[in-house]
Amino acid sequence: MKLNCKHVWEHISEFIDGSVDAQLRAEIERHLEHCEICSAILDSTRNILILTADDRTFELPVGFSERLHERLKKEIEGSEPELKKK
Amino acid sequence: MQAAATKEAELIRRIVAGEKELFHELIRPYERMVYLTVLSIVKNETDAEDAAQEAVINAYRHLDSFRAESKFSTWLTTIAINEGRKRLRKAKSAAEESLEEAAEEKEGDYTPAPLTDWREIPLEALERRELREALRRAVASLPEIYKQVFTLRDLENLNTEETAEALGLTAGVVKVRLHRARILLQKQLVPFLKTAAPARKGLFRRAL
Repeated sequence: MKLNCKHVWEHISEFIDGSVDAQLRAEIERHLEHCEICSAILDSTRNILILTADDRTFELPVGFSERLHERLKKEIEGSEPELKKK
Repeated sequence: MQAAATKEAELIRRIVAGEKELFHELIRPYERMVYLTVLSIVKNETDAEDAAQEAVINAYRHLDSFRAESKFSTWLTTIAINEGRKRLRKAKSAAEESLEEAAEEKEGDYTPAPLTDWREIPLEALERRELREALRRAVASLPEIYKQVFTLRDLENLNTEETAEALGLTAGVVKVRLHRARILLQKQLVPFLKTAAPARKGLFRRAL
């Protein structure tokens, strides 16, 4: 079977995850060798995933951790008698 | 990896047995995960922080019900999702919610943005605030059902099965939603990223 661009686009996410079977993978790779458009789509999608997953893209609010542990500390101290009942 | 899991199981055992202050240590590696999970559901950062705190407190209170068949991260993610959804229900009317439920059935255009001259954006470019903002905005603009799957799979690195378990979906649905989320992001971000990294003259990739 000869893949066209649309077929490749349908599998792009699974291709990135490495979850397409060996035969389909080989066909997609063959298509990518000569198709600039699909190569660029694949590269740009991969790049976007790397950029969004970087810790700097979604930063925790300043002081988030301190406030969380403060609240947790109160909870742990406050809940002691209740937990001991169990 | 295995050693870390064993250490975690040991921590959990000790906390449940009464060394409760160790919960601080247990939760520290997952703070970001909990926050991103609820942020994918609620509408703003303030709500996300409140909901994240509630989720962590809930996890602490119910740690004795955690069963080791599940990974702690998946269990915690489920709690965070529930907390986020609870907060969202408070914030919006039932009418709005049912509209969104129907959104999945709708046929959409999930074809990527075609381009030829793609230049990689190096990670250093993330030092620029406008790039980080564009990425955050693009993720935030995804329809909720796609945003949640994308967050768990691509931001938190849960695998397909863990994501399916946490969201109460089948693996097949997770894959479809992830695919659509990624394509929607590609389509939305490529025009921005292309101007963020202007192509050099003469650089035109012929093959991989």
